[in-house]
Amino acid sequence: MSGPSLMDSLFQRTLEDLIKGLRQQLIGEQAFISKALEEIRKEIKSTDLSTKSTALLKLSYLSSLHFHDMSFATFHALEVLSSPRFSHKRIAYHAISISFHDSTPVLLLITNHLRKDLSSTNEFEVSLSLQCLSRIANVDLARDLTPEIFTLLSSNKLYVRKKAVAVVLRVFEKYPESVRVCFKRLVENLENSDPQVLSAVVGVFCELASKDPISYLPLAPEFYKILVDSKNNWVLIKVLKIFAKLAPLEPRLAKRVVEPICDHMRRTGAKSLVFECVRTVVTSLIENDSAVRLAVGKVREFLVDEDPNLKYLGLQALSIVAPKHLWAVSENKEFVIKSLSDADPNIKIESLRLVMALVSEHNVAEISRVLVNYALKSDPDFCNEILGSILSTCSRNVYEIIVDFDWYVSLLGEMSRIPHCQKGEEIENQLIDIGMRVKDVRPELVCVSRDLLIDPALLGNSFLHRLLSAAAWVSGEYVEYSRNPLELMEALLQPRTSLLPPSITAIYIQSAFKVLVFCLLTYLMQRGSTASSMFPDNLPSAVSASVSYESFDDLSVENVVDATDTHGPTCTSASITNESIVNLLNLVELALGPLLGSHDVEIQERARNVLGFVDLTKLDLLNSSVQEENDSERKGAEASKTIELMHGAFSKELGPVSSSAQGKICLPDGLMLKENLGDLEMICGDIDQPSSNSFSFGSPYEEKGGVSFSNLQIKENSRQSNESTSLLAEHRKRHGLYYLPSGKSEMISNDYPPANDPMLLGNINDNADDLVKLTEESLTPKRKPNHAKPRPVVVKLDEVDEKPESKEDSLSGAVHDVLFGSEDIVPTSSQSNLSDMPSSKRKGKEKQHTDSHVESKENLVDHGNPSSRRRKHHSHGKERRHRSPRKKNAEERKDNGQKLKEKSSHRHGMHKSGQRAEEPFNFSVQTPVIPDFLL
Amino acid sequence: MIHFVLLISRQGKVRLIKWYSPYSQKERTKVIRELSGVILTRGPKLCNFVEWRGFKVVYKRYASLYFCMCIDQDDNELEILEIIHHYVEILDRYFGSVCELDLIFNFHKAYYILDEILIAGELQESSKKTVALLIAAQDSLVETAKEQAGSISNIIAQATK
Repeated sequence: MSGPSLMDSLFQRTLEDLIKGLRQQLIGEQAFISKALEEIRKEIKSTDLSTKSTALLKLSYLSSLHFHDMSFATFHALEVLSSPRFSHKRIAYHAISISFHDSTPVLLLITNHLRKDLSSTNEFEVSLSLQCLSRIANVDLARDLTPEIFTLLSSNKLYVRKKAVAVVLRVFEKYPESVRVCFKRLVENLENSDPQVLSAVVGVFCELASKDPISYLPLAPEFYKILVDSKNNWVLIKVLKIFAKLAPLEPRLAKRVVEPICDHMRRTGAKSLVFECVRTVVTSLIENDSAVRLAVGKVREFLVDEDPNLKYLGLQALSIVAPKHLWAVSENKEFVIKSLSDADPNIKIESLRLVMALVSEHNVAEISRVLVNYALKSDPDFCNEILGSILSTCSRNVYEIIVDFDWYVSLLGEMSRIPHCQKGEEIENQLIDIGMRVKDVRPELVCVSRDLLIDPALLGNSFLHRLLSAAAWVSGEYVEYSRNPLELMEALLQPRTSLLPPSITAIYIQSAFKVLVFCLLTYLMQRGSTASSMFPDNLPSAVSASVSYESFDDLSVENVVDATDTHGPTCTSASITNESIVNLLNLVELALGPLLGSHDVEIQERARNVLGFVDLTKLDLLNSSVQEENDSERKGAEASKTIELMHGAFSKELGPVSSSAQGKICLPDGLMLKENLGDLEMICGDIDQPSSNSFSFGSPYEEKGGVSFSNLQIKENSRQSNESTSLLAEHRKRHGLYYLPSGKSEMISNDYPPANDPMLLGNINDNADDLVKLTEESLTPKRKPNHAKPRPVVVKLDEVDEKPESKEDSLSGAVHDVLFGSEDIVPTSSQSNLSDMPSSKRKGKEKQHTDSHVESKENLVDHGNPSSRRRKHHSHGKERRHRSPRKKNAEERKDNGQKLKEKSSHRHGMHKSGQRAEEPFNFSVQTPVIPDFLL
Repeated sequence: MIHFVLLISRQGKVRLIKWYSPYSQKERTKVIRELSGVILTRGPKLCNFVEWRGFKVVYKRYASLYFCMCIDQDDNELEILEIIHHYVEILDRYFGSVCELDLIFNFHKAYYILDEILIAGELQESSKKTVALLIAAQDSLVETAKEQAGSISNIIAQATK
């Protein structure tokens, strides 16, 4: 293929032709584009720069708007760049800035082009290359072009200078060493009178300060001057952002800036500036009451404004202020609650957050009630948003605000019945968590679980499966609190459980097992007690009875047993008759039989366990019930022993386990966890091959049955399941209506019940009004919490619940971030990362005025154990300060040399700071000002 | 800082996109798909901010075009709205009551103008007049170059080279 001919370049499609063709779409967009790309590939090889550049322009159009790869043209873009013509350059720079990235191979070749254009006399060419550099700069480019940028920082042409300033940010980020060269000039530009240059510099400092505020504290006087003098809102907003970062570090500074900020807030008409002032006050000057009051006043203006933007921002500001000044929210609560029914989902979510901030121990029940009702009527997304926030608020800090756990557990039950509920997993966790932590709530928990389990409608909602598994687990684990275990059993084995995923079916089976054992034991106990009274010398059953009674006592259910005795004589004690046990065992066999052929190992195994257990006990039990009492004793003894054993296995209480518990176990001698197991690979490799087959089910048959076996099995399965459903239908017929109590009968349908009809808007508003009233009531401090009963004990594990470790981790992580910046991004020490830059700068500046910094640093440190690394750093800083007054270069150098020998790469960073200290930074001129200014 | 500027039509067609933070090609298409899904479905009288992946996206609709800018969590949303408006006004002045077609056919010019307003994700020029002057000056540079290049003799010289 040769290059394009003269004809080609004469009749080249222009960009306009391309776009027109695309829009006409005579041959379809894709076809047209691929044709155009073909042309471009040819044209771009042309020696004629105009043809080439047009091709490049077309390509960049296709690349940026139709996302076609243009990496093949990177070198051609460079060729066009070398053109002397501005129009070509412009196209080339544009193409480069959209297509180059850090790993573009020809990136190395661009350095000289950029250098040439950066020192061009044409300011537009300079601007183009700066523009491009700001986009594509990498470490090499930043390093190589630092001198040019440095020159441009003091260019006479403001147009160029402001761009150079903006580009500096990118250069610093990529090549922190350049700070040493450019920082001084950058600071000088802070005093520039041109608003655009000033805006650019402040913008750069704003970005820098957001990453590492402490380093820029010494520049506070300059920023303060800008804050007071500047009339430019763009600049003021950026300066306010800088102060929002600096003020928390230095209390005196905070006091100083409050006045001017409040002035701006009062005076200005620009909403953006007002909002920035408000945000600065609520994030960083939160201690200053009068300023906060003023800010909250402004927030209220926002809230009542028609503009949804201002509403949204107002709500956001309130949620920032809420943790420290709850009054601000309760003053505006009427509005907040009204916003719950706003048309804008963003506003709704913000106001929901605020409503949740209002929740306290006293009003949690009322607010949750209304919110749950509200969730019933909302769209699915917001409904789950509401449920999620109720769940997270209530479980905060180990259910801190929950006093009445019975209520909370029933609320959980209620929430799971909301049609849109997708929070199954969260509710699952909480049900189990509460069950383990709060002993007193278990009866209620079992009751709620029962209600969930027997509702066949819930089984159809896949979001709730996790939740049902929790309910099943709870009712199995705490079955002794159940009023009617037989009913539970039926619920666990109902046919619709086939809708559950295998892992959850397995939990169901296991729970059924527990319930079964419990039922049998109760049955035996009843019989045993009568028997033992008749035959006092019959030891085994007497023992069994007493043991099981003891175990009951151990579980501290005296009152529950009482309860079942008193108001439930028909339940546990009386209901388990011979007949019911027979029915129960039949039910188990009927329901689990088909599962023996399940493809899921877990299900298969557990079903087999249960059925084995049934086989083991059934004969004995049934025979004994039919035969004479004294005959039965001997036979029944075996069964009761088995049951007793099983019960013993299940009755051991499970407690919550601290997540760090494993860490506490000291390693036994001779156990090597860290040893490389690579050697085992060979051995394992040998074993692996045969064993890979054995993972498939029914491998023993496979050899015989061959391929057809799996088909056969499936058929068999389906046959089985058909069989089972027909059997179950029979069973159902025999037991009258579906075997669930009549209380829920209206809910029972094979289909999932439809969502409650979304009520009319008026209703929602009514509801909002309700909530307004409610919160009004519940927020009045007069109302004393009248806790009917004391808050039950909530088991806490010190490590897990307070999570000191993770806290410390995140804190030290944050401190680390502050001190070392983005070390992780550029890990090699030779590239001297950004992190070194700020710290070194700080070292440079901090020398003279130390107290405040040390203070603020100490504050940060106090929260957690200072990492040894930081301590080193810190002490080193002091060391530096002592030494610096001498500031003899030679000495410094020697010092550095020594330090280098002290190995760590971190020291390497210090080493740079040492050199930096020599730089005539003139901070000695600025820094003495600071104490005066601050005090 | 501004992470990217995105102009999409009501039908979800991208009219201009400028990235100030590094995104891979894959991420880019994903970002655009996600955002257009979020923004185009929002009703007319809602607020102009969307929280998205820990960032905020400020958008505003002008006729059939949505102007979107993605910013950090603590940036000032109202300021960004003003920048968007600033850009639109400059476009309007440059094209003379700008419409979507202007941007479609002059996509590169829309980029050049944007480049005069924003640099490295920050506002660099808040004066409409200055931007207009700068663009005009650069355009005239291009024009003179074109005139030279467009002459027949030049083409022949190029071809016979």
